[in-house]
Amino acid sequence: MQLREPANHVSSRAIVFWTVRALPGWLIALGAQLLWLMASRDSEGLRVAALAVTVLFASAHLVVMPRWRYRVHRWEVTDTAVFTQSGWLSQERRIAPISRVQTVDTDRGPLEQLFRLANVTVTTASAAGPLRIHGLDRATADGLVAKLTEVTSRSDGDAT
Amino acid sequence: MTVSDSQHGGQVDENWRRLSTRMLLVHPVRELVRYIPALVGLVVAGRSVGDGEMWWWGPLGVVVVIALSVLRWATTRYRITPEQVQLRTGLLQRKTIATPADRVRSVDVTASPLHRLLGLAKVDIGTGSQRGASGGGSGLTLDSLPAAEAAALRAELLHRARSPSVDERAGSSPSEPGALPFGAVPVGDAPMAQDPDIELARLDPRWVRFAPFTMSGVLAAAAIFGLGWNLLDQMNVTPSDVGPVRGFVDHIEQTAIWLVILQVMVALGAAVIALSIGGYVLSYWGFRLTRHAQGSLHITRGLLTTRATSIEERRLRGVELDEPLLLRAVHAARLSGITTGLESKGRADGGSSLLLPPAPLAVARALAAQILRDPAPVDVSLTAHGPAARRRRLLRVLLPVFVLVVAAGAAIWSGGSLWLGLGAVLTIPVAVLLAADRYRSLGHALSGGALVTQQGSLGRRRDVLACEGIIGWNLRQTFFQRRAGLATLTATTAAGRQRYAVTDLPLPMAVSLGDRALPGLLGDFLEPEVPEAPGVSSPIASG
Repeated sequence: MQLREPANHVSSRAIVFWTVRALPGWLIALGAQLLWLMASRDSEGLRVAALAVTVLFASAHLVVMPRWRYRVHRWEVTDTAVFTQSGWLSQERRIAPISRVQTVDTDRGPLEQLFRLANVTVTTASAAGPLRIHGLDRATADGLVAKLTEVTSRSDGDAT
Repeated sequence: MTVSDSQHGGQVDENWRRLSTRMLLVHPVRELVRYIPALVGLVVAGRSVGDGEMWWWGPLGVVVVIALSVLRWATTRYRITPEQVQLRTGLLQRKTIATPADRVRSVDVTASPLHRLLGLAKVDIGTGSQRGASGGGSGLTLDSLPAAEAAALRAELLHRARSPSVDERAGSSPSEPGALPFGAVPVGDAPMAQDPDIELARLDPRWVRFAPFTMSGVLAAAAIFGLGWNLLDQMNVTPSDVGPVRGFVDHIEQTAIWLVILQVMVALGAAVIALSIGGYVLSYWGFRLTRHAQGSLHITRGLLTTRATSIEERRLRGVELDEPLLLRAVHAARLSGITTGLESKGRADGGSSLLLPPAPLAVARALAAQILRDPAPVDVSLTAHGPAARRRRLLRVLLPVFVLVVAAGAAIWSGGSLWLGLGAVLTIPVAVLLAADRYRSLGHALSGGALVTQQGSLGRRRDVLACEGIIGWNLRQTFFQRRAGLATLTATTAAGRQRYAVTDLPLPMAVSLGDRALPGLLGDFLEPEVPEAPGVSSPIASG
């Protein structure tokens, strides 16, 4: 028995967003290494090699991670359940029945606003089970919240 | 839980009750102890101002503290109406805390030795509103009532929370599940009207023999040692100046090293055993678990400080059977409940959800079966997770050992003792045994309408979680789990630990388990079945 993937991709702008978000960390690491390189002259080969390795890892991470994430991050809402998939190296799928949904929130960080993206968080009565959909197009997010609100109000039943 | 103000402002009607007058003996003492630093400061300040004519500052402070605590008692009233429990406090700023009676989830009655001396008991009324920080805490505390009154209040509140009309209301409200989680209506054990309590478990004094096999003694010894050391340090006492310690050090200097080690080990062992037995007796003496006809479990325990706790069965979503390695070695186990609405922070020291202190495994299993009203989830043989999971157990244990061996090798190469290498190599068989036991313990089942999952070796635990209590699935695969075709299926719930994981089971098995535990939820998201796929490697037990 296998699960299929959730139907919807997140916004493709999320690829650029994830790249930009990962950039500062690498820039700091590279800056520190450059300073180290300029600080003194001995064993220069080793330092240049270390710098090269960092550049290699950084570019691989910045190229691969966002695209991999984009392929993994998916979501779907039916009349009975919410289904999300996220991660890249580690992946997680979360499913919660609509009848157990307690709150639906959207949030946008400053960087996300720049890319006109939004996150949707669906919480249940369990502290372990919030379903988060990252990098949605803002209009899609608003539509999703409207739909979830509509579907949850239709479903009767308890939330614990 | 709501905080309303001055709703019942002026009039003092006769329903408002005061806390026990005997608290006039407890409160001032407790407050004085609490304000000792401030009072000492006042005395010092009084002495140093002028020629000491301000000497009365200190006594005045004492009088003020006592007066305040008396005032606090005098202004505190509570009452219980059919709908609410209300507590009114404050002289200048009046505050009324009201808890809806049908939201009362737990009523704990605690009596410290001082309370017991005066025949008093403290009542903690919990509403289980973990997220309700807006109300300022979750529930209210009546400190204290006469013991008999406390017991009566507890019975009254619990009875009210379970009375049929309230149950109906609760059943239709969005946050309350209706029926008993295990679907079983109590049949057959219909109790007599005059004795509605059925005793499910009672402490057998012989169980004290399991106390040394818990970690509590070790922890207590460490705490006492740390405290003592700190105290000596603060008092500027060098341990070697103290007579007995001096004698001990002299003794060590004159004796062979192996003898010293032996003596220290024996002394430490004896101390740990004594402490753990003491702790066991203090917290669990007189332990008694009863089932009340109206659907709740009552626990009383404690030698000096007595506690009475109740768990409503409609909030019970399952049980955890705890078998740490040492307890397992002597065929003993602990049992705790998975309940909604009880804060889980107290569980480390056997808090509200404790159902049975360390006791013989057979007793723990029988009790679990009685509480669940079904022996199946406890006795069911678990489905193993297969060779990939076994390899993963082995790999995860051997990886750190490998690092250790390499490090030891490097140490020897750079001139370290050969004993290092021997020590490192000797950890390999221990690690392999650990991995084998971890795999043997790993398993899951669906039985009696409950998800059963077990894992761990040093801290083996079997969780039985009613499927009605599951409110979603998290299916997680790390990079290496994906390569091995494994996944960790976590059931999320509003009760207990909030998450109960089935670790490292083959992905198709995980999906199938999730589908069978909560029929219909995954249905929309399953791949269409390919005819030739099944039957190859899915040893799934019939639920």
